[in-house]
Amino acid sequence: MAVSSETVAQLLGSERGPLARWLVGAVRVVRAIGRRPLGAFGLITIAIVVALALLGPALAPQDPLASSSFDFANRMQSPSSAHWLGTDESGRDLFSQFLLGARVSLIVGLVAGIASAVIGAAVGICAGYFGGWADRGLTFLDDWFLVLPFVPFAVLMAALLQDDAESIPGGQTGIIVLVLAITGWAGTTRIVRAQVLSLRERQFVERARSQGASHVWIMRRHILPNVMPIVWANTVLIVALSVLGEAGLSYFGLGDPDSFSWGTVLYNGFQAGAINQGAWWYVLPPGIAITLFVLAFFAVGQVIDESSTPQARRL
Amino acid sequence: MSDPVLTVDDLHVGYPGEEGDIEIVTGVSFELQRGEALGLAGESGCGKTTTALAIMKLLAPGLRQISGTVDLQTANGVVHLQKRTERGMRDVRWTEISLVFQGAIGALDPVQRVSRQIGDAIRLHDPEADRTAVRERVKELLERVGISGERASQYPHEFSGGMRQRVMIALALACEPEVIIADEPTTALDVMTQAQVLALLEELRRDLGLALLLITHDLAVIAETCERVAVMYAGSIVETGPTDAVFAVPQHPYTQRLLGAFPLVGGERALPPAIPGTPPDPADPPSGCRFHPRCHLAREACWHGEMALRPVGDDHDSACLFAPLQQTAVAGGVR
Repeated sequence: MAVSSETVAQLLGSERGPLARWLVGAVRVVRAIGRRPLGAFGLITIAIVVALALLGPALAPQDPLASSSFDFANRMQSPSSAHWLGTDESGRDLFSQFLLGARVSLIVGLVAGIASAVIGAAVGICAGYFGGWADRGLTFLDDWFLVLPFVPFAVLMAALLQDDAESIPGGQTGIIVLVLAITGWAGTTRIVRAQVLSLRERQFVERARSQGASHVWIMRRHILPNVMPIVWANTVLIVALSVLGEAGLSYFGLGDPDSFSWGTVLYNGFQAGAINQGAWWYVLPPGIAITLFVLAFFAVGQVIDESSTPQARRL
Repeated sequence: MSDPVLTVDDLHVGYPGEEGDIEIVTGVSFELQRGEALGLAGESGCGKTTTALAIMKLLAPGLRQISGTVDLQTANGVVHLQKRTERGMRDVRWTEISLVFQGAIGALDPVQRVSRQIGDAIRLHDPEADRTAVRERVKELLERVGISGERASQYPHEFSGGMRQRVMIALALACEPEVIIADEPTTALDVMTQAQVLALLEELRRDLGLALLLITHDLAVIAETCERVAVMYAGSIVETGPTDAVFAVPQHPYTQRLLGAFPLVGGERALPPAIPGTPPDPADPPSGCRFHPRCHLAREACWHGEMALRPVGDDHDSACLFAPLQQTAVAGGVR
């Protein structure tokens, strides 16, 4: 089952271009993560969610937005062979909504997570590399975002931006991505800055400067590649937090009412009184899915972190 | 006959102290002739590295050049380095004068392939350089320093200590400079590897007509590679001359004691005599000759005045009041 890096190299021919080398490297990293039980759990869970996100709309028995889906005679039905996960307050199939939810949760989590990692790494590198006033200013900003209480701030911001939904790409979902990216970068900045403070004193940076390299060149060529491992480990964690944040904001009713993420399904269930009625099939599947998905990212993050700091192993 | 490529005149480097500047390089002057190897010797903290970094204008923040001139002879005439701005230095560094850094492991980026690091040095000075041409040049440079061109795509950790130092030398050669400053190029290498690296430097100097300023605390290294030697103590040069003459009959008590501190192979099994005392505090240097508190020849006359280098022999200068000195007063020696 496992694809060896050699196989990939053969498939791509013996001439290893940059892409081939990158692929070989990526396969090697994935295999190394999968060798640990924790990492294997994470990778398999993420793979399942990715498969759901890709195939969900094709697999879903019905489109929850189509008028034919509404079946008020069969409201709040428990799971049956017709509806594997029962029905909602409008008699719509919950299994379809569960399948569709994977895509929104994954995309929002990934886009927001990667965006905050990019912002975080850029700010952290600038602060650490330039030092002085730039560092003081950026660190102040960073501290500010770090202590900002996430829930009230995110809810307030998402609510205030609602009116501008049309001018933001992605509409309501775009707002959630924006809010998550703006609130999520501060942690990465802190870690990256600390690392850069040590890197910029290293001799190879001085050597590059003596060769005539500009600041941008040094940051791109020498600082960024050296902080990439911690940026990756951190990105994985932020993606998980963003999935959670998306669910949270949707649960507060700030998501796009026309799209189905696991968070919006939870929100709908709460609105319909699923918990009072004992309709566990309404809230448990998306709840468990979010939990597993987030845990999977944390597991992968943990394994990456352990392999980049070997002394943290066996603790 | 005299054809200096690098002329350093009365170089003073220091950092601001409570009562005026504290000088750690106090008036260093020397000439580096074209194609010559000059050894700059002295104990740790005497200002060797600071002198090198001041020439390259790469002094650490806080340190500054107080006075003195550094002139570099280039194809386009004399360049006064002390007048150059940071931007102006970029045109000179690496293309005219380059530096082999102390300790190769720290000076190579651990996450970049060696080919890219050498290629970068070329591309930074010639942004339009053709990719394949740069790749060929990198291979050629590596082969020049005795590393197979096949290994260009490896990372620094895949090389041994001696090979990393060779990579550093290849890096210094990247833009065909006239002058190379090598700062402790063989420290942390075992004796065999040391000999190979020194042989390589010697070969390159001969073949490419490089002028080499070799900075080291290891007199054996200088004996092996350099035609001329300058001995530094507490921020200034106390003796300079042809290596043979200086090592045969040192004309400064510090040089005598330094040479005496080497055990002789096949000599008596005894600890060589150490130099008594400690190097002076740059913030509060002794008056007169800075070596007088530790000197076995010191008289009252040594406590006052400036000790300037005076000729004591053929191309041989000493800053000792009593020079010329007779035979080595302390037993031992490098050869």
